[in-house]
Amino acid sequence: MQITTQRDGETLTVLLTGELDHHSAAPLRVELDRLLSDRSIRCLALDLRGVSFMDSSGLGIVLGRYKLMKEHGGILQIVGAARPVERILKMAGVYALLEQQKAERGEGHVG
Amino acid sequence: MLDNEMHVSFLGVSQNESFARMVAAAFASQLNPTIEELTDIRTAVSEAVTNAIIHGYRGMRGMVGMDCTISGRTFTVTVRDEGHGIPDVKLAMQPFYTSVPNLERSGMGFAVMEAFMDSVTVESKVGCGTTVTMQKEIAAVGCDE
Repeated sequence: MQITTQRDGETLTVLLTGELDHHSAAPLRVELDRLLSDRSIRCLALDLRGVSFMDSSGLGIVLGRYKLMKEHGGILQIVGAARPVERILKMAGVYALLEQQKAERGEGHVG
Repeated sequence: MLDNEMHVSFLGVSQNESFARMVAAAFASQLNPTIEELTDIRTAVSEAVTNAIIHGYRGMRGMVGMDCTISGRTFTVTVRDEGHGIPDVKLAMQPFYTSVPNLERSGMGFAVMEAFMDSVTVESKVGCGTTVTMQKEIAAVGCDE
């Protein structure tokens, strides 16, 4: 799994490329949490357009970062998920969770 | 009567998760599945093998067995471990249930298997291991018939 980051103000965009399973989840979690130790990041945008495979281990990563950003008073965005990845995210209610997060903050640009 | 079958076994380490799902998908591809059906199989196999590694062996060294069969247009895959076993299969199959909350698991493994395959059967005995059997009917493509 390759990680490319781009910082734009308070937003950190993380582009993931490769297969996201239990094997790749562990080092990815460590790297994301290292990046997110910078508390000036208020929005984590996970760009999943390069994720060619994802199972429920990837859900664990997404839901874990959602909780972490919430604890930090920030938000999580998911962008660019291909259909098979989107299907798993929908199954676990991730998009509904992000919509709820958007409603709670009264912001219109999340999702 | 079986049309075809395949058996592999591999060490229960996370490096073999992608190996297992690729092998299962390669075997199933002789049924001429759609890309979506193949993704379903890869994902379901990945979940079953990950469960065997994380929950079956919990860091212990052990082998995972995978059997695939094709009968007519039905693809069947069985993933077997000889690990700890599941004390309450019904509970383990509940969406969002995880026995290891500290590991940041989503608890969606069995839910994904059930959503992506036509049937999922789990047999488990504490101290002996777990066998997960999943079936999927691969739709016939019009031009092949």
